[in-house]
Amino acid sequence: MIAAYVPTSTWYLLLAAALFGIGATGLLVRRNPLVMFMCIELMLNAANLTFVAFAMQTGDINGQTSVFFVLVVAAAEVVVGLGIIVSILRHRPGATADDLAEMKG
Amino acid sequence: MLEVIWLIPAFPLAGFVLILLFGRRLGQPGSGLLATAMVAASFVVSVGAYFDLLSHDEADRAHTEVLFSWVPVSSLQVDMAFLADPLSITMCLFVTGVGALIHLFAIGYMRGDPKFSKFFLYMNLFALSMLVLVLGENMLVTFLGWEGVGTCSYLLIAFWHTRDSAATAGKKAFVTNRIGDWGFMIAMFLAFQALGSVSFSVLNEASEQGTIARTTATAIALLLFVGAVGKSAQLPLYLWLPDAMEGPTPVSALIHAATMVTAGVFLMTRVNPVLEYASDWAPEIIAWVGAITALFAATIAVAQNDIKKVLAYSTVSQLGYMFLAVGSGAYVAAIFHMVTHAFFKALMFLGSGSVIHGMHEEQDMRRMGALRKFMPVTAATFIVGWLAIAGVPPFAGFWSKDEILLFALASNPALYVIGLVTAVLTAYYMTRQVVLVFFGDAKWESHAAEHGAHGEFKPHESSPVMLFPLVALAGLAIVGGIIQLPAFAWIPDDLTHRLEHWLHPVVEFGEAEITSGNAYDNKGLLAVVATAAALIGIAAGIAVYAKHRAKAIEPQLVADAWRYDATVTAFMGGPGRKAFDATAWFDRSVVDGAVDGSARAVRGAARQVRKGQTGNMRNYAGILGIGAVLLLGWFVLARGLL
Repeated sequence: MIAAYVPTSTWYLLLAAALFGIGATGLLVRRNPLVMFMCIELMLNAANLTFVAFAMQTGDINGQTSVFFVLVVAAAEVVVGLGIIVSILRHRPGATADDLAEMKG
Repeated sequence: MLEVIWLIPAFPLAGFVLILLFGRRLGQPGSGLLATAMVAASFVVSVGAYFDLLSHDEADRAHTEVLFSWVPVSSLQVDMAFLADPLSITMCLFVTGVGALIHLFAIGYMRGDPKFSKFFLYMNLFALSMLVLVLGENMLVTFLGWEGVGTCSYLLIAFWHTRDSAATAGKKAFVTNRIGDWGFMIAMFLAFQALGSVSFSVLNEASEQGTIARTTATAIALLLFVGAVGKSAQLPLYLWLPDAMEGPTPVSALIHAATMVTAGVFLMTRVNPVLEYASDWAPEIIAWVGAITALFAATIAVAQNDIKKVLAYSTVSQLGYMFLAVGSGAYVAAIFHMVTHAFFKALMFLGSGSVIHGMHEEQDMRRMGALRKFMPVTAATFIVGWLAIAGVPPFAGFWSKDEILLFALASNPALYVIGLVTAVLTAYYMTRQVVLVFFGDAKWESHAAEHGAHGEFKPHESSPVMLFPLVALAGLAIVGGIIQLPAFAWIPDDLTHRLEHWLHPVVEFGEAEITSGNAYDNKGLLAVVATAAALIGIAAGIAVYAKHRAKAIEPQLVADAWRYDATVTAFMGGPGRKAFDATAWFDRSVVDGAVDGSARAVRGAARQVRKGQTGNMRNYAGILGIGAVLLLGWFVLARGLL
């Protein structure tokens, strides 16, 4: 019965919304920079899922193409972002995002 | 040739750069020869430009050469442009011609000076500035040269700056000139406001056609005259010129007699349509300022004992003559007198330099005398200069002074009388100088005693490099009048009024027409009166100083320049000082206060706004999220998306 049920795009969109919500909440409540970074990735992938879901629904390949762009950008972002975070943590081990407030006006 | 008009200032510029870079290596007399050659090259180009202009029709004798766009600011478009017309080429010819001779003289005069190459560096910079001034097509280019000559004048007056008096004199010249520059700048702003251009041709055309308001034209004319008063040492700003004699004598000859001080007269001639169009009282003021300055300075020159001070006051007086001519609408006569004055005054300054050199740096005329036996060439050429400035025919000064007096009589008999009295005084004080320096008994024993250490003191004649310019200028001072002979019956027609025909396209609008009337009909009589005035002055001078028939009248009041300088100094040191302090206070507290206050206000506001930047990353993320939600809500609810 369950195996025969074919999920519609609504399910995927709901899943994407849930992922995005988890990511956004995590970004706001967690203080560990690495975890916050993972939350951002989660939000990005939620967006990817939305793209794919709509592509499937409308039968338009462009949505899937966009995902590749997002993936590439995300990969680049990971390289730069991780590099920064690692170098910060090397200088100040155990620092939380709240400790890194040098730009306070 | 007119396309390469920029070569005229380019040669002195090249000389300036070369001496700046290699001056020390060129040494003596290398840098002096280079500087002289550069000014001489400019002279050659000027001659070429002169003949090129001659080959054109009279109406086409103006060529504007735009080098590049200098100030392209929306409605203010100023080109670095040179104007070759009869007036500017006339100026170029005598500036470079007389300038080259003075450069040559300076090679001999400055020999042995430790700053020899620096002297020629400044001299070439001066020639460059002066040529930019006269060639400028618009007021801004002319102003560039105007400021340049002022700066060079300052540098060269204070050339021996270790001497306190020289440093002070340089400063005085600079500050006094700035007062005049203020007038020039305001005139420029006014012209731009009224016409949207600072070009001379636009300004002159607007005046000729009456498209500019008469009050504006009057204001521009008078403000430019303020500039001219400063630069050309007229009352009340003449104070700096006598003090400028602290500079080396070739500087006095080039800058403070022949060229720079005539810039004011040139400027007035350049804008002659504006003066003509302006209210009638504007030229009248100019004529009166000129006439009073001429008389005032001539009286002071009578009682000066410094050989250069006499010539300095004489220069102020002769410049007064030129402004008298300008105010009477006699622009051609003004330029004519400017040229002849450049010849004989440069000659006399160089002659005085030769005397100072031969007398081992003695400048007091009371310690000279009988020098004609020791310095025959200097004496002979100086005597030519004396006859020329006194106005004895057929020397150059006679013709130009006679022409000015003719126009003065046509415009106002009172001005003519002042001019004539000045002519008598001029002849008198120049005779006094010649007699004291070159004739009578030798009076340098006391001076010799001071120099007693190195044996017997004897004045000596200068070297040939200094004598050649003297002889050349003496020749010009004799025949200079040929460029503008009056229309007497016995002079062939094609020889008369040559300068007037040449300058006609430039001064067409402003030049006063006096071909009829009492003054013109009796011009032969006027020439006789002028000659008589010169001879009376000379006879009086000889009677007092050579024959000792009468006691010399040299009251201390006159020797102190009517205490004018002292009064100004006292005022500036007393009440003036308080006014300056008040101005400084106003500047500090009100002007600076407003500027600092607005800066403080911005800083205070920024300090408050800055608090929004918490530096907390999660804070930013939250605000970003809220912003995204609000935007989305706005799209959905207000714009009706979905």
